[in-house]
Amino acid sequence: MDYFKQDLASLHADLVAKKMSAKELTQATFENIKATDPKIDAFLHLNEDQALAQADALDQAGITDDQPLAGIPLALKDNLVTKDEPTTAASKILENFTPVYDATVVSKLAAAKMVPVGKTNLDEFAMGGSTENSAFKTTKNAWDQTKVPGGSSGGSAAAVAAGMVPVALGTDTGGSIRQPASFNGIVGMKPTYGRVSRWGLIAFGSSFDAIGPMTRSVKDNAMMLSAIAGHDDHDLTSSDKAVPNFAADLTAATSVKGMRIGLPKEFLADGINDDVKQAILAAADTYRKLGATVDEVSLPHNKYGVAAYYIIASSEASSNLQRFDGIRYGYRAKDVKNLEDVYVKSRSEGFGAEVKRRIMLGTFSLSAGFYDAYFLKAAKVRTVILNDFKAILKDHDFIMGPVAPTPAFNIGAEIADPLTMYMNDILTIPVNLAGLPGLSLPAGFSNGLPVGMQLIGRPFDESTLYKAGYAFEQNTEFHTKVPALGGQN
Amino acid sequence: MNFETTIGLEVHVELKTNSKIFSPSPVEFGDDPNANTNVIDWGYPGVLPTTNKGVVADGIIAALALHATVEQHTHFDRKNYFYPDNPKAYQITQADKPIGHDGWVEIDIDGVKKKIGIAEMHIEEDAGKNTHERDHSYVDLNRQGTPLIEIVSKPDIASPAEAYAYLEALRQRIQFTGISDVKMEEGSMRVDVNISVRPVGQDKFGTKTELKNLNSFNYVKRGLEYEEKRQQQVLMSGGSVRQETRRFDEKTGETILMRVKEGSDDYRYFPEPDLPALSISDDWIKQLDAAMPEMPTDRRHRYVTELGLTDYDAMVITQTKEMSDFFDAMVDLKADPKMAANYLQGDVNAYLNDNQVDLAKTKLTPANLAGMINLISDGTISTKMAKKVFKAVTNGEEPKAFVEKHGLVQLSDPAKLQPIIDDILDQNPQSIEDFNNGKKRAVGYLVGQIMKQTHGQANPQVVNKLLMAALNH
Repeated sequence: MDYFKQDLASLHADLVAKKMSAKELTQATFENIKATDPKIDAFLHLNEDQALAQADALDQAGITDDQPLAGIPLALKDNLVTKDEPTTAASKILENFTPVYDATVVSKLAAAKMVPVGKTNLDEFAMGGSTENSAFKTTKNAWDQTKVPGGSSGGSAAAVAAGMVPVALGTDTGGSIRQPASFNGIVGMKPTYGRVSRWGLIAFGSSFDAIGPMTRSVKDNAMMLSAIAGHDDHDLTSSDKAVPNFAADLTAATSVKGMRIGLPKEFLADGINDDVKQAILAAADTYRKLGATVDEVSLPHNKYGVAAYYIIASSEASSNLQRFDGIRYGYRAKDVKNLEDVYVKSRSEGFGAEVKRRIMLGTFSLSAGFYDAYFLKAAKVRTVILNDFKAILKDHDFIMGPVAPTPAFNIGAEIADPLTMYMNDILTIPVNLAGLPGLSLPAGFSNGLPVGMQLIGRPFDESTLYKAGYAFEQNTEFHTKVPALGGQN
Repeated sequence: MNFETTIGLEVHVELKTNSKIFSPSPVEFGDDPNANTNVIDWGYPGVLPTTNKGVVADGIIAALALHATVEQHTHFDRKNYFYPDNPKAYQITQADKPIGHDGWVEIDIDGVKKKIGIAEMHIEEDAGKNTHERDHSYVDLNRQGTPLIEIVSKPDIASPAEAYAYLEALRQRIQFTGISDVKMEEGSMRVDVNISVRPVGQDKFGTKTELKNLNSFNYVKRGLEYEEKRQQQVLMSGGSVRQETRRFDEKTGETILMRVKEGSDDYRYFPEPDLPALSISDDWIKQLDAAMPEMPTDRRHRYVTELGLTDYDAMVITQTKEMSDFFDAMVDLKADPKMAANYLQGDVNAYLNDNQVDLAKTKLTPANLAGMINLISDGTISTKMAKKVFKAVTNGEEPKAFVEKHGLVQLSDPAKLQPIIDDILDQNPQSIEDFNNGKKRAVGYLVGQIMKQTHGQANPQVVNKLLMAALNH
């Protein structure tokens, strides 16, 4: 069965028409995962029995027209808590942890009758850009298994790209949805901060963290965002802005004609791979041909973004991760003599190197005597960068640019060099600092590896990004390419 | 050498809300450990706090009650430290922009009034409780997330007596607002104390010590008195005071070294990213201000100037809002204010102490107590009879009905008393003679006989009047 070249609307039509049952679709998904995942290592945990039972129940009840996501298999990044299913954040400190509640996004998708099939790999606590920081396994790029899948949502990205699931959820603190989407040739949306409830997302950088869909097409992505977005009483930072039916706007009539697009010169500066630059320039031409104007604009303070981000996000992380103390749940070291030992040994043994590095960085930045020079200064930079974006978006409908400076790199190539790894986020981080929506979608190839394009919009204007992404998709072929993995592909 | 003393008080007041400050768990004491907790209180992965709006309102009320400026643009901060009773390893508090600042309360020591400044007050969450057994420690998170207001004094308090008066003033004002029970013995008011002394004329404050284990206002005063003297002696003998934490020993009245402090703790405060900043509108403040009850100082003033109570009586009646409201209700029912005040301070307080109950939890009502006082005032019953009636009133009985049912009505009608008096005089010619010979004691004997004859129901004033008239005839 070749379900996974279909989009969600067509899977839904087949389910409603009973061309296949939800159970068959779920069974095919697990067959597919079993055939493919040994090569990819995208999943940390599968819940086959539960998924099959759920699909069976859906078939019994019947899937109707008004349930567009019912019966569709779904993968969840393993930093989203799931009731009675293990949730590890890819950390040894949560290795045997089974939550007692569902994240809001999980409940919402359960209400939409999607079928979660498993939890995907990530960099430990979503800290990293390659999944190499997972305590359990390194996920491989769907297109070339010697390459990283990107990160931190590398498991979700590779699972979707490799055709194991049609959709997955990722999380994005500094680029963790968009960059792996780019590396794997799929569509990833980091929504506006506050668009999607964070309740049940294991916190990393609380003022940046965003949950978003990772899909094979823009329209699938739009459908998923409508399903997970909206105000949540559990999250006071979630917005009560109305959630549009994003996908309804994506039709044959969708056009970018008359739109003004900003292309920041800093996004095509030195350090950006030539193939990536060429793909973006070609995309700009595509948009011009479709009737939009593309202007060169400037984000003059972009270069300070990475530093500001690593200070603020690490500061928040240093505080957020203090709860993993070996007292109430998670890993507790053996051979402890006193309370101090419980803390020091459990955390030293439970956390990986990158997480420790960020805890130390954040703790330092918040310390008495350093707070003003680091945390407070970084917070000011954040405002300056937001103002840069605002200035451009005042008279531009959106901003376009690359997602990452390069296509996927070799596994092992950068893991020992954190600064280079951090600089990979230079194009995605500013969007998180400003809290804006960012859409990553396929825009080219470099030596057989996908190259992504990033569209950045006004706050809560994901709609424009989806329309622009959809228009691009309708006029290009990049999104139709799939990796040669054998199996279903 | 003459010294001056500077005392700082940090008072934690536990708010009387139904649910916790950042989680919907109930605030309830005495339940099984961890019964009143949920994933938020456990500091579980993925959880987020939500702000209980009632706690913010209570913070505004406290600020208004303490003459403080309400900070209209405020936010929460995280205070980071590891401890098992602190499940997130940070406390959500207000470090940067406390909800109220620059307030004051007035104290009165032997008629000398002084304003004590309040630097700031902020709302925050309480921690859980650790208990230790020989080889185990237990964590109970029922108290975790209980809302607190911390009130920090300015360095205006210059003596242990002022500290005591400040705490009493603070307690009364907060108690009147109804946001807290403010009872030290129940832990709804907790006091951290620091004290320093310096030679008069020295600009710099002396090195301060902190005192722990002060579980009543009286211990606060005694602990400070001891510590004040100790520090003075250290300085006079040429030594220097160390920055240290000392424990008050209730038995000896001394303070004992617990630990020497070096430098200060680094709590790495930063703005709580999970909670949006709070914007407090003028309207909200106005609305809460309009609903503020009359404060104890205002009531005392009214009691003294309008109702003729003594300062002392007014002070005792305004110890709690319940007592003061009870008194006001009695006065509204035309009870004589002085008698009402006397009964509240005397019989009522004795009853509350004997039974260890709060006024609100008794069957006493202003109507019944005022009714009883009015029966005394109009001569229906004597104060002696009132003892029996009071007992009935504590059982919730209506005084007039009780008096009628038990025939306790005082005999005040001269037409009924006169024949009895005449009888007694007839039977006691010796007493009349004694009286005429200047032996005034004879009157007492005759009154006793009349009271005996009437089974104690005769109105003594009327009897006296009639008897004297008869004797002087």
